Order: sequence, then structure tokens, then C-alpha cells
Amino acid sequence: MKYYRTHVLVCTDPECRAKGAYEIMDALQDELVAQGLIDEIQVLETPRIGDCDQGPELLVYPDAVHYANLTPDDIPYIVEEHFLKGRIAQKFVVQETAAADEELRAPTPKEVRVVLRNCGKIDPENIEDYIAEDGYMALAKVMTEMTPEQVIDEVGRSGLRGRGGAGFPAAKKWQLCRQVADNPKYIICNADEGDPGAFMNRRVLEGDPHSVIEGMIIAAYAIGASQGYIYCRAEYPIAVRTLRIAIQQAREMGFLGKNIFESDFSFDLEVRVGAGAFVCGEETALIASIEGRRGEPRPRPPFPAQKGVWGKPTSNNNVETYANVPQIILKGASWFASMGTEKSKGTKTFALAGDLKHTGLIEVPLGITLREIVYEVGGGIKDDKGFKAIQTGGPMGGCLPAEYLDMPVDYESLAAAGSMMGSGGMVVMDEETCMVDIARFFMEFTQDESCGKCTPCRVGTRRLLEILERICNGEGQDGDIELLEKLSQEIRTNSLCGLGQGAPNPVISTLKHFRHEYEAHIYEHRCPAKVCKALIRYEILPEFCTGCTVCARNCPVNAISGERRQTHHIDPDVCVRCGICMQVCNFNAIVIR
Amino acid sequence: MTAVSQEEEQAIVETVQTIVQKHGASLEELIPILNDVNRDLGYLPAAALAEISRLLHVPKSQLFAVSSFYSMLSTKPRGRHIIQFCESAPCHVVGGRQVWETLCANLQLGANETSPDGKWTLATTSCLGLCSVGPVLVIDDDVYGNVRPEQIPDILARYS
Repeated sequence: MKYYRTHVLVCTDPECRAKGAYEIMDALQDELVAQGLIDEIQVLETPRIGDCDQGPELLVYPDAVHYANLTPDDIPYIVEEHFLKGRIAQKFVVQETAAADEELRAPTPKEVRVVLRNCGKIDPENIEDYIAEDGYMALAKVMTEMTPEQVIDEVGRSGLRGRGGAGFPAAKKWQLCRQVADNPKYIICNADEGDPGAFMNRRVLEGDPHSVIEGMIIAAYAIGASQGYIYCRAEYPIAVRTLRIAIQQAREMGFLGKNIFESDFSFDLEVRVGAGAFVCGEETALIASIEGRRGEPRPRPPFPAQKGVWGKPTSNNNVETYANVPQIILKGASWFASMGTEKSKGTKTFALAGDLKHTGLIEVPLGITLREIVYEVGGGIKDDKGFKAIQTGGPMGGCLPAEYLDMPVDYESLAAAGSMMGSGGMVVMDEETCMVDIARFFMEFTQDESCGKCTPCRVGTRRLLEILERICNGEGQDGDIELLEKLSQEIRTNSLCGLGQGAPNPVISTLKHFRHEYEAHIYEHRCPAKVCKALIRYEILPEFCTGCTVCARNCPVNAISGERRQTHHIDPDVCVRCGICMQVCNFNAIVIR
Repeated sequence: MTAVSQEEEQAIVETVQTIVQKHGASLEELIPILNDVNRDLGYLPAAALAEISRLLHVPKSQLFAVSSFYSMLSTKPRGRHIIQFCESAPCHVVGGRQVWETLCANLQLGANETSPDGKWTLATTSCLGLCSVGPVLVIDDDVYGNVRPEQIPDILARYS
């Protein structure tokens, strides 16, 4: 059999033929002969690669480049650029339409896909698809060639740290649990991905569940655990279903159950579903929820490694941590450690949200800068507006202003800047975002999700929220800023679990970086971003208003009056400042004062 | 607690028994059982909690402690259609608040209220992980993404 370095697949469906597909093929053959490439590049016919309306079109493999709108005259250019010089002829490349996958786009040059490598590529409900991508090879290697100590050593040398946000070294956690003399031992996969804006774990569970299951079996072998739980939030029904199917298939293949790979190691897995409580992502609360109790955290120690589920030694890791494990075993610790910074190795998935051109999931090597994430991976700010802040680390993280854009993304740098890695949500805000409103917003969330067990968190978050609401309503008082700072410190130092300790972070970080906005609200009764409703009013500009009545007809509270073809007027006492009038006005006649 | 007739109570008990049988009568299955009962009956009536208490040998106080803790479990009757509005930051910064206010104005309801005719319950939810299509709202099992305020009347009109 003859081997070619590149295959060119030309669509020869009737529509493309009518548009000259065969002429394209002839031109390709002629040009390849002329350039002396005919022995290296094969031209083939194929049915339907696009929808033919941009025909003639062709696909180039292994590059997976889709060219369309071609004429025979374009062929010499493509052959010279792409096949001779190795540069993609951008002007003929078909742009992926938005409908394809809004969550997970083709990777940008800055991205490296380790955890997300199979997502969207394999059928998650078919274990054979995963096996075809070297799935369960790592498990086979572990079971036949490695002792539990060697597994812990390999993962330890890779530098893998907890991807749930705290960044505790995974191997160390396993070692601690392994050492405890008590049996049986349990392992937990924390899939209670509750941080607003974070959906990386959901995508992995829905798109590549076996990578998590394989990682868990390897961890269980290293620790000596006999039973595992995947605690998944109820807001992710598809992830729960996919996981159950995957576990059943893994059982049928003998990867789960008694005597895995005919060894004396037995391990099984079960999915546990939450019922809508954010705090259950905290490990002691999660354990309480698995046991059928209120998901309230308890003080540590004892740590779950000593006393976890049913009072037995328990090791708990995040979805993404487990999904990295099979790759580390297969490719080696040094491969993993070659990515990232000195203390933060490997890649990290993030969910980009907010005012970006390209939102969705990304996976980047740690150590990348925020600027690269926002402007190269995320495509920059939507409508080319100005960048104002990036919020990392979820509701317990912080908002970082433009000065931090060149900071590398790793556990230590983010913590030093007053934010945190968190599970991986990133919300980008443009210049039209009010930072006081954002702080109020996050406090509303934590206040709502506080489990109520300890006073600093239960009462403190409520008081913080009240002060922030007061400021947003234009009723801020002299001394409020100092009060916020003092209260934040007390909540941070006195709360029982990570939720309370992190709750004031959005307030502390916005006070640190955007203090002038708080001052404008309190002392000047002005919302610089024109967001806080009590401090703004909508007005119609007479010189632009045509009297078309669209605004008046769409106003939900009938605050707009005016005859057809006459200038309209908004009654500020009736107006609820919903902004619908501004959205529907075709003449940009409505402004915020 | 809402009064229910004897037939209704019998139906509730049977539903609970079927669900408990499916999961097994043990404490570690409590949350899955409560989730299923809540879904099938719309909420957790007193009669259902009493039956679960009897079958699992768990005190009613503990059942109430658990069912009042989790936001997806309700001890009060809810509307025929449940609207869950995502109140998380990614939806908020792309115009979620305007959508929420339009929803409240259209339904004449506030957060976690049920309409007097029993048609709607308007609830807020934590992040649904559908952030790339925010603002997001879910009515029963239907997900609506990229929602704009002016679409709200059309969306609501689809439900009877």
C-alpha cells in the first residue's frame, strides 16, 4: 500500500459537480504534477462535506482544513501555499458557523487540550469509542505493571494539584488516605460544580465520562478504596444520565466490580445526585449529603482522609483532577510537568463568560496570562468596548482590573492578587459594568447559599448585602466603605468553611481596585457605569425621536406617553428602568442620564 | 399543611411506596427518594413525609430538616409550570436582570412565588452551566437560551 502525506477530499455531490467539482479535481492533478507533489498528495472523491452551497469545496487531511468557493484558477495558489509551503490558504477557509458548538469551539493556538481532548469527538455513550482513543490503557498499565506506591509516586512527580480550586497536591491527598489503618476506604469525585459561570466539569462528564471513571479507578487502586461515589449536582441531568450509562458499560467490560483485571482489587462506583445546595461542594458538606443528611459543613480536623463517608477514610477529588490521571500514567509525569509554571503544572479548563467575543470552554497551559486568555483565546471584548475587570474563582474569587492582565494564571499568583483559581469560572466585564452592583450581586448569591450553621457567614453576609444594597439604591452613608472592610475581615477570619471565608472576596477586591466607584455612589449619588437604577433615569432626545410609538407600546408599565409623530416622554416616577424602550428604539433616541 | 382527602392520601402513599421500593429503604437513599417524590408529586406533602418516615425508620424532624435545606425540595404545593430563572453572574452581565424584571412584571410574581391560579411558580436557580447561551431560563424541562425581554410574552404563551 502506498502512503501519502496529505489527502485531499473533493466533494462530488451533484450540486458541487454542477459548480465544477471535476474541473477542480483536474486542476489539482495538473498542478500537483507540475509541482512534483503527485506522489505525496492524494486527491479523492467524496460525497457531501458541507452543504454544497459554497461549492465546489474540499477537505484537506490530516490538517482538517475545509476550503470552499473555489475556481480552477485558485488551485495553483492553494497548492503552492498549503501543499508546498505548508501555510493554510486562509481566504478560502470555510468559517465555522456559530451553530456548530457554542460551548466548545475548535481550539485556538494558545490552547492545549488534555482534559477536553475527547469532548465532542467521541460518543460518550459508547465505551468502545473511548477505548479507541487509548481509553483504559492507563488502567491496564497500572493494574499489570505498577504498585499503588508507584502510582502515587508518578502522580506526585507530575505535580498535579486539585482542580477544584484549592490546589492541594493530588498524590499527597491519596498518600494521606492510604496511610490510615482503617478499612474500608472510600473515594469521592466532587462533581457538584456550583460556581456560577463554571461548566467545565459538566462538559467533561457529558462528553468524556470514562476519563473520569478511569481516573477514579486508578486513584482507588492507589489508595486501596473499595467503593467510590460521584456526587453530581441535580442541575446537570444529562451528566447524571451519561455517567450512569458509562458506569454500567465499564462494569460490563470488567473495569469495575470484583477482581478487576483478574487481580484481587475490587472497586465499584455509584452516582449520588444533589438537590440544589451550593455548599455541598464543600467536602464535609458533600459527605453529609451523601449520607442523606443536611449538607452542612463541619469543622476539620478530623479531615475526610481520617473520617469521611460513614466515618471511614475518604479521599475526595474534583472531576478535572481525575480526568488528568489516565493521561499522566500513559504519557508520564515529565510530560505533564513540562506544561505550566514551577508550582502549577499541566493545563486548566476555564469557562469564559460575560462580555467576550468568544465565550465557552477553553483549556490552556497554566502560566498563560490573563491578557492572552481575554484577547487571544476569547477574541477580545464584545463590540470592541473597553475591558474593565475579570472575575476569577467563582463567587468566592475576586475581580481583577486591567493592571493584572499580564499576570500569569497559576494558583499562587491569583491568590496573591486577592482572587483565586477556583474551579475555573471566568467572567469578563466590559466598561459598562458597575462594580458595586457586581459585588452586591455576588453577595446576594453567597448570602442565599450560606447554609446557616455558623454566625459570621449567616449574619455577616446578610449585613454585607444590606450595606451594598443601600449603596446601589443611592442611600449609601459616610462610613459604609470602612464598615464593609471591617465586616469583610471578620467574616473571612471567623467562618467555619471555605464558603464563608471566601464570601467577602468580591467586596474586598472591588473595594481595593474600584474604590472610586463606591465613592461616586455614596458621595456623588452617581453610578459611573449607569447601571444602578436609583441613580439613573431614561430620557428621550427630542431631536432623534420620530414619534413611532414603538417604545410606548413595549413599555411594561406604560410610563411612556406621546402622540404618533410627536416627541414621546418618559415619566420617571412610573418608569421601572427596565431598559426595554432603549432596546427597541430604532433611532437611538433614548439615553440614560 | 394542606388538607388532602383520603383518596389523595392513598395515592400519595402508593407513590412513595413505589419510589422507596425502587431505591431501597435506607437512609443513604433518602435524598434520591425525596427528589423522586418531589418530582412525581410536585412537592413533598405531609402524608408523603409521614410514609417515608415510617418506611425508613427516620424521625419526621430529620426529614423536615433535610427537605427544608435543599432548594429543589419543596414542602409547599407549587404551580403546574415551574419557571427557573438563572440568577448567576454570567447571565446577569449579559442582560439577565432586564429579563427577570420583565418576567416578574408579566407574571405579577416575585421570586419563589406561586400564582393564585396555580399555573406558575417563579423560582430562581443557581447556575445551570449553560452560560454560553445566557440569559437562561427553564420552564419545566424546556430550556430557553439567549433570552431577550421582549420574547417573554411569547415564551409564556406556549404554556397552558
